[in-house]
Amino acid sequence: MTIMTNINRRSFLKSSAGAATSLGLIGAGGKAFASDETIRIASLLDLSGGLDALGKPMQDAITFAVEEINAAGGLLGKQIELVTYDTQSDMRLYPQYAQQAVMKDKVAAAFGGITSASREVMRPVFRRLNTLYFYNTQYEGGVCDRNIFCTGITPAQKQSKHVPYAMNKWGKKIYTLAADYNYGQITADWTRKYCMDNGGQIVGQDFFPLDVTNFGSTIQKIQEAKPDFIYTVLVGGAHQSFYRQWAAAGMNTRIPLASTTMTIGGEQKFLAPEETNGILLCFNYFEELDTPANKAFLERFHKRFGADYPYVTELAMATYQSVYLWAEGVKKAGTAERMPVIEALESGISLDLPSGKFSIDPQTHHVIMDINIGQIQDRKINILESYPQQHSLDTSAVCDLKKNPDDNTMYVIKV
Amino acid sequence: MTAACNGTGGIVAAVIIGLALLVVVPLVVDPIFLIELTSYVILAILALSLGLIWGYGGILCFGQSAFFGIGAYAYAIAVINMGDSTIPLILSIVVPALFAALLGYFLFYARITDVYFGVITLTVTLILYKLMGTTSGSAYTIGNAAIGGYNGIPAIPPLNLPGSPTTFLSLDGLFYAAGLTLLAVYVGLRLMLKSRFGQVVVAIRENERRAELLGYDARFYKLAAFTIGGGIAGLAGCLFANWGMFISPDVFGLAQSAQVIIWVIVGGTGTLLGPIVGCFLVQWIATQLGTQQVLNANLVLGTILIGFVLLVPKGITPTVLDLIERTCQRRSYAKPLVEKRSVS
Amino acid sequence: MDLLVVLSIEALRAVASLALISVGLAIIFGMMRVINLAHGEFLMLGGYAAIVATKAGINIWVSTLILAPLVVAIIGIIIERTVIRFLYGRPRDTMLATWGLSLFLVGITTTIFGNTTEGISAPAGSLQVGNYYIAAYSLIIVLIAIAVFAAIWAVFRFTRYGLIARSTMQNPEMAAALGVNPPAVYAATFGIGAGLAGLAGGVMAPITGIVPTIGAAYVAKAFITVIGGGPAVLAGTVSASVLFGAIDQIITYLSTPVIGEVALLAAAVILLRFMPQGVTGSFFRRAS
Repeated sequence: MTIMTNINRRSFLKSSAGAATSLGLIGAGGKAFASDETIRIASLLDLSGGLDALGKPMQDAITFAVEEINAAGGLLGKQIELVTYDTQSDMRLYPQYAQQAVMKDKVAAAFGGITSASREVMRPVFRRLNTLYFYNTQYEGGVCDRNIFCTGITPAQKQSKHVPYAMNKWGKKIYTLAADYNYGQITADWTRKYCMDNGGQIVGQDFFPLDVTNFGSTIQKIQEAKPDFIYTVLVGGAHQSFYRQWAAAGMNTRIPLASTTMTIGGEQKFLAPEETNGILLCFNYFEELDTPANKAFLERFHKRFGADYPYVTELAMATYQSVYLWAEGVKKAGTAERMPVIEALESGISLDLPSGKFSIDPQTHHVIMDINIGQIQDRKINILESYPQQHSLDTSAVCDLKKNPDDNTMYVIKV
Repeated sequence: MTAACNGTGGIVAAVIIGLALLVVVPLVVDPIFLIELTSYVILAILALSLGLIWGYGGILCFGQSAFFGIGAYAYAIAVINMGDSTIPLILSIVVPALFAALLGYFLFYARITDVYFGVITLTVTLILYKLMGTTSGSAYTIGNAAIGGYNGIPAIPPLNLPGSPTTFLSLDGLFYAAGLTLLAVYVGLRLMLKSRFGQVVVAIRENERRAELLGYDARFYKLAAFTIGGGIAGLAGCLFANWGMFISPDVFGLAQSAQVIIWVIVGGTGTLLGPIVGCFLVQWIATQLGTQQVLNANLVLGTILIGFVLLVPKGITPTVLDLIERTCQRRSYAKPLVEKRSVS
Repeated sequence: MDLLVVLSIEALRAVASLALISVGLAIIFGMMRVINLAHGEFLMLGGYAAIVATKAGINIWVSTLILAPLVVAIIGIIIERTVIRFLYGRPRDTMLATWGLSLFLVGITTTIFGNTTEGISAPAGSLQVGNYYIAAYSLIIVLIAIAVFAAIWAVFRFTRYGLIARSTMQNPEMAAALGVNPPAVYAATFGIGAGLAGLAGGVMAPITGIVPTIGAAYVAKAFITVIGGGPAVLAGTVSASVLFGAIDQIITYLSTPVIGEVALLAAAVILLRFMPQGVTGSFFRRAS
């Protein structure tokens, strides 16, 4: 009954995980050894709460990927079993469910987390419990940890193209509106950097907590500052009221918008067309991409989820593709065990997927991918420009997992 | 009733039962459930703090979670800067106690009636929630600790042996630490309520004017009880930060404040055992609800709260104790039941 | 100059919004001494009524101005008959029960509609003021608030119900002896208060969108407005709304919406420290 021990939490959790198997677990019961016939993976996404618009398409995408792989014979002769956790947009549930997924469900890999906050809460848990983790959301860059693969797009891939493109199109004065947490703050910094690098000027910058719905006074401030365009990094359901209020004030036809987050929850489908027309976007994936791989994917996807499925978002596609990356790693390693799979993935796996060529960068565990710029018109996106195979240069500037495999840092890049 | 009811015998019995539970429970429950149970124990300390100021002080505080959150943040910020956890632990009690003293001074000395007191404490909690939510920029850093706004503070170092920052409290150690703290707070409050100070606090709850005419300054006694309650809630917050190794502004949210009230009213006001019972019961139900998707947790908690106010306004513990008392008086063999009464 | 006009309109809108979201609570609290912590959820229900009706193809003005208050008034009367009436004279228990009610309503709306933000676009287009553009809906909110307050004043001042209601609240035994049926008056008053909350929820829905937990954003503001206003229901609500709405809007303009709200709440706590009876309570005492 030692109360203070020198063993740290990691070895405690290991030993208690061992004890858990021998005791049998509440709820999971005898299923604890089911991994003999199946390979389990976990999905931890917000399927309810303020971020559900982002989480639901991601969940559909991971379900679809697992079904496809299983229908094609599974992995290493086993079926994949998906364990789903709804984190309910509640930060406290992330570490709890992450622990449960590993200790109770014994998953081989975990996929999920939407906000950077949720990733930073779960990442240490998975690292400590030796469970491979895929984070599939566009984010601010800088995560350097051998246990995680980030398939989302980072500022050096995105803002470096998006901001100059918009400045060429509309002018050099930018007003930034961003969500008030690390993603919004850091993305706003990157926007400032690429704006300055191209001789522009930030004439205003406002941050909003995720529950702010009233943008009335902000809209006055913007008119006073007279920017050439607005760059929005707004996140979640409450922030959609900005686009409504902006259009209600008649500003939608006067000052153009560029957004790094619009459409990641399929917002263009439920906001009125005049509220989103003309917004300039930049992503790896748009449903409108005109490639044979994407067309074939959409046909299969719509067969499964219905022809009227709202929109396959960037985040959903990254989630879908991350499962294929992982599966490729498992095949190559010949096992679902963590370290062999990481090594297999680090060998530079590259796949042709619906969003184009998708290759893992072994140095950063991020993905080299195509970048597309598009503009919303009547709930559809017209693709204006494409930049093939962009590297996550922001992260590779600070992170080298080949040289320094034990690195475990979230680098905040000084801009 | 017998001496065991109200005397020191009851406290001794409580200590023995509490220690026995501490030894037995980890041996019989599943390790994952033990982690869950540890959180119940920590939250029960928070419930006790409200049980004191509401049940005995008659102060309707709707913002008890504010002190809980301040304690957690004080610990997190201090321990990240200092490494050694001894001073942060003390700060997690002192800072919320001071905050409670300041707020209480403002309100008790204005002689604000209890209903307004409830609304104002709730408002203060919401202010903290909103303020903490805006601190995500890099400007909001205290020493090495970024407050993190909506993200909260991740990777909070656990408690360590005083002077030896490398000897950490393990997760099963935390169960014992939390259990012993709960027991110590419970016993401490029992003793305090038996003291002259405690009796005056209860007298003021019963009849504030009469107590004042007897020469006691009701404002001072209420303020003192409120401050002690704030400190205890802060201590619970510190343990909670240890448990999750993470703290975010959610601790100041409306849901958290509502939960504390529900524990106390379900368990029963006017006893110290009641809030503990209520906390374990409601948290257990909430956990069960969290794992199924059919019934919404808010729906069930709301129904429980309405049901208790309308049907069992005294809460479980006093109602059960009344029943037992009545039964045993009728049958007049009180011995084993009296033992139970004594733990209340 | 243009900017000043625009900012004044925004400030008026802030004051009018605050008055609208508080007035239902003020009536229930001021006349019945019932602290209704489920007030925010009444607003939320009004918002859902308006959005569901509008999406079902009903005219947006009918949905927000007629259906929303009607639906919530009916829900209010049901709640008064099933829960609140057992708790008259027990303010603490009323607070607790209505808090339970608030959780219950959040739970049931989440079950029905899901925890998703729903919205409709604000009607009425935009207005040009010099070089600035504002949503015409801001002005409409101000007009609605004025109309609502005038109507309430007229009802309580000139109608038979108003007279009966005021007398019942002052002395229920006496009113009953004179042949009034107090339970019916209480139910009606609670229904009116709930209906006004529903109206406010409907009117705010196009601006804020609606989600089951949105009540939490309103309830603290509404409470401190009512308590800050003091015993006079209408005068108190208006004066506190002007004070707090102006503070909110000025600070928001100077910093951010969150700091604006914090300033509003902090101002209220300080005000109550020095005027525990609220604005009207303090001034009436001095005047008399």
